[in-house]
Amino acid sequence: MNTAIATAPAPGSLAAYTPSMAISRYAAEYQTIAPALPGQNLPWLQALRATALAQFSAQGFPSPREEEWRYTNVSGIEKKLFAPSLDLTGTDVDAEWLKSYKLEDAWVLVLVNGHFSAELSVLDGLPEAVTVMGMADALAKQPGTVEKYLGTAADQSEHSFIAFNTAWFTDGLFVHVPAKLVLDKPIQLLHIVTGSEAMATTRNIIIADDLVEVKLIETYVGKDSAYLTAAVTEVFVGLNADVTLYKLQSESEKAYHFGGSYIKQARDARFTHHNFAFGGLLARSDIHVDLDHASECELNGLYLGVKRQHIDNHTRINHLKPYAVSRELYKGVLDDRARGVFQGRVIVAEDAQKTDSQMNNRNLLLSDDAEADTKPQLEIYADDVKCAHGVTVGQLDEKSIFYLQSRCVDEETARNMLTFAFANEMVDKIKIKGLHDRVLEQVLARFPQEGVNKEWL
Amino acid sequence: MLSIKNLTVNVNDKQILKGINLEIKPGEIHAIMGPNGSGKSTLSHVLSGKGGYTVTGGSVTYQGKDLLEMAPEIRAREGVFLAFQYPVEIPGVSNIYLLKAALNSIRKHHGQSEVDAMDFLTLVKEKVRLLEMDEKFLYRAVNEGFSGGEKKRNEILQMAILEPRLCIMDETDSGLDIDALKIVSEGVNSLRSPERSFVMVTHYQRLLDYIKPDFVHVLAHGQIVKSGGAELALELEDKGYSWLEEAAA
Ligand SMILES: Nc1ncnc2c1ncn2[C@@H]1O[C@H](COP(=O)(O)OP(=O)(O)OP(=O)(O)O)[C@@H](O)[C@H]1O
Ligand SMILES: [Mg+2]
Repeated sequence: MNTAIATAPAPGSLAAYTPSMAISRYAAEYQTIAPALPGQNLPWLQALRATALAQFSAQGFPSPREEEWRYTNVSGIEKKLFAPSLDLTGTDVDAEWLKSYKLEDAWVLVLVNGHFSAELSVLDGLPEAVTVMGMADALAKQPGTVEKYLGTAADQSEHSFIAFNTAWFTDGLFVHVPAKLVLDKPIQLLHIVTGSEAMATTRNIIIADDLVEVKLIETYVGKDSAYLTAAVTEVFVGLNADVTLYKLQSESEKAYHFGGSYIKQARDARFTHHNFAFGGLLARSDIHVDLDHASECELNGLYLGVKRQHIDNHTRINHLKPYAVSRELYKGVLDDRARGVFQGRVIVAEDAQKTDSQMNNRNLLLSDDAEADTKPQLEIYADDVKCAHGVTVGQLDEKSIFYLQSRCVDEETARNMLTFAFANEMVDKIKIKGLHDRVLEQVLARFPQEGVNKEWL
Repeated sequence: MLSIKNLTVNVNDKQILKGINLEIKPGEIHAIMGPNGSGKSTLSHVLSGKGGYTVTGGSVTYQGKDLLEMAPEIRAREGVFLAFQYPVEIPGVSNIYLLKAALNSIRKHHGQSEVDAMDFLTLVKEKVRLLEMDEKFLYRAVNEGFSGGEKKRNEILQMAILEPRLCIMDETDSGLDIDALKIVSEGVNSLRSPERSFVMVTHYQRLLDYIKPDFVHVLAHGQIVKSGGAELALELEDKGYSWLEEAAA
C-alpha cells in the first residue's frame, strides 16, 4: 500500500527528511545501519549515498502509479521490513547445499547475505591480470576505479530501487578483465541468502576492457524463506569486446527479488544476455543496454511462473549511435495463478541511423487463472532504421496437440511436449554445458514431465 | 476393416456430412474425389478423431470396434493413420523423437517392449532411403520450415515407419512435383498388402496413374453421389463434377 504518499517530503531535499515523516519504514532504519556500510572514508560515495537516500526517502519503493511499475506492486517489501546483515560473522553456510549451486569448470565468486566470502569462492588458476574482489575491498583498494564507474551505467533517478541499492549496498562484486584477455572459463557470481527476513543489497561492477572475451553467470538462490534480494549490476563492455552474461534467478518461493543489470557498450562491442527467471514470489529484473556505434546486443529471456508467482522483466535498449543491432526474444510460460510481465522498450536516438532492431515476446498460458501482461514499446527518432516487434499471448495450439495425438501421443504427453519444446528453445541457447544441464533440470522440475524424454534434447 | 454407415456430422451447427456410407475391406484402395468444400477433409478428420466436429448420426466401425468412441491417439495406435492435407509444424520437437515416441506408443499399446535403439535407427534410415529424403530431416523439428512438398513426403515417411492398417491420405499429391509424386507413390505401393487399406483423397488422376484404386467415390455436398471403379476417375477428369452435382441436387 502506498497510502503514506500524502506525507512525502519534497524530493531531493535532505533537510525536509525526518524519520518520522518517512514514507518507507526502511528509511527510518537507515541511520542505524549507515555506519557499518563500506566506503565511510570516501566523500564522493558518502555524497552519492546521501542523494540516493534522499531520493528513496522521498519516494519509497516504486509504486504501480509509475508507468514502468504499473503491473508490479512491491508493497509486500514495505510490509515485511527485511533487515540487512552487516557482516558475515555467525553466518553458517551449508556446504553441501552451496556446492549444488556452484558450477564446475568455472571460477566462482560467492556472496552470502550480501557479503563477499573469499573463503567460499573458487579462484584457482584465474589469470593474475584479472581483478576480482568484493566491492567493499575494491572501495578500500581501488577507490579511484570504482568512482569512475559506479553509478555511470545505472541511473539512480530512474526509479527508487536503484536509489535504494546505492544507499544501502553492503558489498558486492568487482570484476575487471584487462584489455585483450580471453577467459577460457566462465566466472560465476553466486548470490546466496541464508537468513529468514534477511536482505541482500549488493552493488556489482563488471568491466571488460577493449577486445576482452568473457562469460559470466549470475546465480541467485536462497534458503526456503522470505527475504529480499536487491542487486544492481553495472557492466561495461569495451571496444570490440564480447561479454555474455547469464542470469539464473532461482530464489526461494517466498523471496522478493529485484535485479537490475545496466550495460554500457562501446563501439563494436557485443553483449549477450540470457535471463532465466524462475524463482521468487515476486521478481523484477531490469536490463538496460546502451549501444554505441555498430555494437550488437542479444537479449534472451525465459520466465516460468507457477502458483502465485509474479515475474516481471523490463528491458530497455538504447540505440544511441548508428549501425547498432539488437535482437530480443523473451518467452514466458505461466501456470496456476502466476502472472508474467514483459515491458520492452527500444529507443532509437535521432543520431542512430541504420539501426537494426527486433523484439519479440511470446507467452504461453497453461491455466485460465494465469496472466501475461506484455507491452513492447518502440520509440524511434531516426528515419532510416529497420525495427520490428511482435508479441503473442496464447494457449497451446490445439492443432498441434491433435497432430501429436494423431501420431499416437496421448493428450497430456502432447501438452507436456509442446510446453517443454516452447521453453526449451531458450535453454538450448546456453553454450555452457554445466549451466545448460542445471537450467534444463529446473525447467523440467517446474512443469509436468510425463512423457517428456531427456534423450530427445 | 472400416464400415461407415449413414454418418452425419455438424460443424458449428452446420451440417457438413449428410449421410456417408462406405465399406472398405482389407487390402483395398479407395479414392475419394470431389469439389472443394464437399467434405473430404472433414471425413478424414472425423475418422482420425479431431475435435470440433459433432457426429449427429450414424456409425463408424473399425476392425469390429466403434471407432468414434476412441480417443485420437488410441485410433492411431490401433492402426488408423491420417496423412494431413496441411501437416502441422511442431517447433522444438524433432522428427526422429516424434517417430520414436509414436512407435513406442504403438508397441506399448500392443503389449510389446520399447524398440531397440539400433533397430529403430536401421528401420528409420531404410524408410528415409525409400522416400529418397535427406537424413538431416530426421533431426529437424517436425515440419518446421519444410517446403510444401517436403511436408507431404514427411507424412508418408511417418506412415511407412508406423505401418498402419488404415492409411488415410488427404491430398498427399497436392504440392508434390512430378519426381516427388513418383517417389511417394512408389513408397505407398511398397506398403500395399492384403491386410492394409488405403483411402486417398485427391483431385487428380495423375496420382491414380501411379496408385491404381479399386474404387473411386465422388463426394459432393457431404454425400457420396457416385461410386465406381478406376475408370470413373478418368470420366471425371473429362467431364468435371457438375453433371454429378446436378444429379444429386
Ligand atoms: N471449423 C469450421 N467452421 C465452419 N465451416 C467449416 C469448418 N470446417 C470445415 N468447414 C466447412 O465444411 C465444408 C467442408 O470442408 P472440407 O475441408 O471438408 O472440404 P474438402 O472437401 O476437404 O475441400 P478441399 O478440396 O478444398 O480440401 C466447407 O464448406 C468448409 O468451409
Ligand atoms: Mg480438404
